[in-house]
Amino acid sequence: MKGAWLFRVPKVGRRTWKVWRRDGKTFMKTYRSNFIPPLIEPILYLVAFGVGLGLFVSPIGGVSYIKFLAPALIAISMMNAAFFECTFGSFVRMYYQKTFDAIIATPLNIDEVIMGELLWGATKSTIYTTIVLGVVAAFGLVTSAFAILVIPFSFLAGLLFGGLGMIFTALSPKIDTLSYPTSLYITPMMLISGTFFPISALPLLIQQFSYALLPLIHVVDITRALTLGDFDANLLFSLAWIIAGTVLVVIVSINMMRRRLIV
Amino acid sequence: MDIIIADHLTKNFDDLVAVNDIAFRVREGECFGFLGPNGAGKTTTMRMIQCVSPLTSGKLVVAGLGVEKDERRIKYLLGVSPQETNLDPDLTVRENLIIYSRYFDISREEAERRADELLVFFQLEAKRDTGIDKLSGGMKRRLLLARALINSPKILILDEPTVGLDPQARHLIWEQLKRLKSQGSTIILTTHYMEEAERLCDRLVIMDNGKILAEGSPKELILKGVGENVVEAKNDPAAISCLRGNPKVQNFEVLGETILISTSEPQQVIGSLLQTCGVTAASVRKATLEDVFLKLTGRTLRE
Repeated sequence: MKGAWLFRVPKVGRRTWKVWRRDGKTFMKTYRSNFIPPLIEPILYLVAFGVGLGLFVSPIGGVSYIKFLAPALIAISMMNAAFFECTFGSFVRMYYQKTFDAIIATPLNIDEVIMGELLWGATKSTIYTTIVLGVVAAFGLVTSAFAILVIPFSFLAGLLFGGLGMIFTALSPKIDTLSYPTSLYITPMMLISGTFFPISALPLLIQQFSYALLPLIHVVDITRALTLGDFDANLLFSLAWIIAGTVLVVIVSINMMRRRLIV
Repeated sequence: MDIIIADHLTKNFDDLVAVNDIAFRVREGECFGFLGPNGAGKTTTMRMIQCVSPLTSGKLVVAGLGVEKDERRIKYLLGVSPQETNLDPDLTVRENLIIYSRYFDISREEAERRADELLVFFQLEAKRDTGIDKLSGGMKRRLLLARALINSPKILILDEPTVGLDPQARHLIWEQLKRLKSQGSTIILTTHYMEEAERLCDRLVIMDNGKILAEGSPKELILKGVGENVVEAKNDPAAISCLRGNPKVQNFEVLGETILISTSEPQQVIGSLLQTCGVTAASVRKATLEDVFLKLTGRTLRE
């Protein structure tokens, strides 16, 4: 069947963690510049949108605007950390540094290299999420002990966004063309996923579209429920969507990278 | 014993036949060369041996293992120095070796010991904590070789190991490769530097357009291909027609201002050139692999 290759089960063993360790090591070499953006950015957003704009916005579903916004900022950082790591970061290692070529000349195979990259993207998502969660908590915007579950959840969400990013990396002929998924996919998704305003403000059709196709809205809903301690049954659907989506994009992205690199 | 056996080895990329039904055997402990112009299929052949490029058809056995089934086991036995530098620019010189050793499941202590040894062997100890971007071309090449040796490979695959280096750096690398060979390593080398092939290779093949054109030791290839010597004389039409009538001259070629005559009897050829052909000056030199190479692959420029 045409296209069946996309769903081949990747051959991934324990060696994939060696790639993860390599990425982690280089990340720690420049840790200062790596830790500052996730620390500063949410503070800026919280002050500008939460405190500033919040003065003019009435409470949403019984919570103040800044409390509504804070979990969305956490979710956005989950997305950005993994997506950018597995697009621009992986593209540079693949195309300019030839790091993947160097590694596949050893007992590792390409599936393990890409899986290691995805696991690293998810880890970076978890690191950034932990920092942003700390900032949000310092602002007194976390009202539930369940918020601690945001940290393991960010690994799953990171794998999902990393896999999506890796699909674009596999498709992108040049590094410049990676700006298309950024501005045509990530930015619009960031605006219509119940982040800066409730999704119910949008027409029903757009709401349905968002829940059917946009991963961020599910991630935002779960993160918001965990930080505010306000759960409903729809969250189970969101979690199922995320798990299924993650399995799908991880497998598909590995196969697409294999097709690109193994000729 | 043959450590690499290739039969009917073929590789197609879409409608391009990069390697076209070739066969060769590499013996354990020898240095085996692949010579050819750009696009001849050398690197593609290397990549198939490395198990990173699947065969289109044919058979390829490395150290008794089939490349299609046993890629992991084969890769443990190989050390690869690629044509394009792929050192990790995010890491220092020594870290490049240490991180790479992990991929071969080498323990940390063993890796550190080997890394330090290799840095000494390739005269890089002073640069151990330097970033890759601060290294000269020669240092990068040496580090690529050091990295290729980190797992004490049974077979060393070197794709253009001295490309772009100055003579000093090149000679240093040749010396190190000779030492490795004397320690029993099997070395597979691609190059388009004839001098390199003549100095290092026990046997070699000349490839072009995906085919093997000739195979043998450098000496055999020169003797079979052009004879022992080459006589050079200034090009003029009278000399050429005179050469055509001379039964002693079987093989000559005109290259711009010069006539090249390959022969095993240079004295007689020069004698007849000067006496009967009206040539005023001619010189003789030893035939080289380059003469064979150009004779077999032509003088057309390859992109």
